[in-house]
Amino acid sequence: MSEASPARAYASHLGVMALLFVLSFLLPEYYHGLLARIMVLAVFAMGYNILFGYVGLLSLGHAMFFGAGLYGAGLAVIQLGWSVPSAFLGGIGCGAVLALAIGLLALRTTGVAFMIVTMMFAQVFYLVILYFATWTGGDQGMVVPQPARVLTFGATALDLTNPTVRYMTALALFSLVLLITLAIVRSRYGRVLVAIRENEERTKMLGYDTFSNKLAAVVVSGAICAASGAAYALLFGYVGSSFASVQYSILPLLWVLLGGAATTLGPLIGTLFMYYVIDITSGYTSAYLLIVGIALILLVLFFPKGILGSIRQRWLGWLP
Amino acid sequence: MADRNGFFDLSKTALTRRTALKGLAAGAGLAVAPGFVRYAQAQSSAPIKIGFQSHRTGIGAAYGRWYEKTTAAAVKAINAAGGINGRQVEVIIEDDGTDPGRGAEVVGKFATQHKTDIVFGTLFSHVVIGSAPAAGEAKIPYFVVSEGHHVASTKLNRYVFQPGITDVKSQIQAMAPWIAGNVGKKVTMIFPDFAFGYDHRDYLPPALKAQGADVIAQIAIPPTESSFTKYFPQIPAETEVLYHVMVGPAVLTFVKELGEFYGSNRPQLFGFIDSLEATDINSPGLEFLDGSHFWEGSPRYAQPDDSAAQKAYRAAVGIDDNGAAVGDPKDVSTAAHMFGCWETLYVVKKAMEDAGYKGPEDRAKLVEATEALTEFAEGPEHPQGPKTFNGKIHQCFGIQNISKVEGGKLKVVHKTKIEDGLYEAEGDYTTQAL
Repeated sequence: MSEASPARAYASHLGVMALLFVLSFLLPEYYHGLLARIMVLAVFAMGYNILFGYVGLLSLGHAMFFGAGLYGAGLAVIQLGWSVPSAFLGGIGCGAVLALAIGLLALRTTGVAFMIVTMMFAQVFYLVILYFATWTGGDQGMVVPQPARVLTFGATALDLTNPTVRYMTALALFSLVLLITLAIVRSRYGRVLVAIRENEERTKMLGYDTFSNKLAAVVVSGAICAASGAAYALLFGYVGSSFASVQYSILPLLWVLLGGAATTLGPLIGTLFMYYVIDITSGYTSAYLLIVGIALILLVLFFPKGILGSIRQRWLGWLP
Repeated sequence: MADRNGFFDLSKTALTRRTALKGLAAGAGLAVAPGFVRYAQAQSSAPIKIGFQSHRTGIGAAYGRWYEKTTAAAVKAINAAGGINGRQVEVIIEDDGTDPGRGAEVVGKFATQHKTDIVFGTLFSHVVIGSAPAAGEAKIPYFVVSEGHHVASTKLNRYVFQPGITDVKSQIQAMAPWIAGNVGKKVTMIFPDFAFGYDHRDYLPPALKAQGADVIAQIAIPPTESSFTKYFPQIPAETEVLYHVMVGPAVLTFVKELGEFYGSNRPQLFGFIDSLEATDINSPGLEFLDGSHFWEGSPRYAQPDDSAAQKAYRAAVGIDDNGAAVGDPKDVSTAAHMFGCWETLYVVKKAMEDAGYKGPEDRAKLVEATEALTEFAEGPEHPQGPKTFNGKIHQCFGIQNISKVEGGKLKVVHKTKIEDGLYEAEGDYTTQAL
């Protein structure tokens, strides 16, 4: 992989953001709404990518971090009457604290054991949501009331249920997280993470505290996923346990694999691709998941590094 | 032409730049006009589009299939009788995978891509609750056939209605007097440890208490459980009635293991047919249910006193006397619930006609017209029975059937009255802005 100049890397990412901004004015109404949702979920995938793509830790429990943000923000609004910004930050805080606790325990394991431990913790988180159904709404979930989903800046009130405001808010979050991700992977810290992925023992011998670095990565990853969950609750108004189920632990893995692990823009491309395949094929057959499966197999066979990963390998070596 | 005073006399008007521009504008208007004419025509003769949010895949698939069949039959009948406001009805189906996240996207797709007039037909509670915000934001009326108490709880929004099927709270309240008076007064409940079970857990004890009966034990079974024997010793020995509402594929194991546990000396059983919708009551292992009682929204088996409307409805949907698909006895229907699709569509028809509904710009009028409805008489449009409708909580109230398993069939032994299921409104949707 050749190194991109900072200007080239940032310019390409700013270009993607500009494109998404322009698309807001060009897309038909339905795809406009769908893309807002995809950007929020791409943030989830970007959070997952930090840990999976750059540190090489395969977690099967990231739904709990998304869920922590979702419930952290949702319950703060519904049960405590918090404002949108406080609830959003509260959701991120929940995800970060949970990630710290889970990281401290799960990072004592590696490889398959790490997968299993994270999956078990996520299952516990899911069952806790069901157990405390009186407050969480159990498997039915809860609606975040429309009047509460307003972002107030002094005299200006932004209604998050308005499609344009929602799209721009999702874009702002996506852009911020994209730039944070880019800054992380280009920093010294990001290089240490990649070094851990490539050879943890050697990184240790070079004097790096790999445990602390991995723990920090789990917390950053958890906080980003929680930001996505919190945004989902506040932008789309529903908080439900299905978002903390195992399906939502596997989805970010698929999105990242599809788009390209350890590429900053891969998570967006993977999420976008998967969404559109499901949206289009479900219009033709109820066996659309079969088609999704076949598409995944073909991608793994012909683009083993994912869409953007393969493009980087073959043509654009400078892509971050 | 020489007629200087006539229409074509242009000599008196000078052709200024302004008039030329006006002329051009008028010309442009005429050029666009054919499109406009087509549009105006489309408003009056284009079909009413109903977005059907169907559980084609996922846990609700068996229900989804029969909901689709019933909907198709109702639409066929409505169209044959002239449609709604003289326009034919077209149903557009999208699969929500019985998933609340996808459900919300599907509602958005109906509102913004298919541009349907309404969204209709959702059953599973979590999908309804997950989709309701999307419907409220898109301001598209959302008619669900779900049975949950979520609509009547007034926790959703003004665009969500349940006018074709009663909710669980009402069902339980209506049946409690009969249970206490005819089956037993000491009741043990076994229910799944998730929302559907919680409705029963929360509403049955007070309803029985009011009748002088008691719930003496509540046993919640985790949804992941596949064997139930270990829970049965928790059932108190003095139990007179075992009230069970297990759902999902494990129900066959549940009944079989219950039979093995009790043998021939069992307490009375009372259950919700939800457990056995789309399942043959004569399946091996279910013999133990013989003599037990079930709630049914609409009877699965044809009854001797079926009304002409009920017979016509069954024929139209294509179910035989045993409640299975005509020509395929193994394809058992979800008869206790699916009538709700039929009746809801007729409510939509009535409300659209009352509102003089022409297109999506009249959606708010449709909401108000639906809220203004108060009762639905029993007949071809409402074959399950008469209903009242509370426009403040967007929920209908109707009769319930209690059926006994006899000789491998379900025989209706009691019908409740509408009043038995009425309760105080918990809020008022009509105070919300449209």
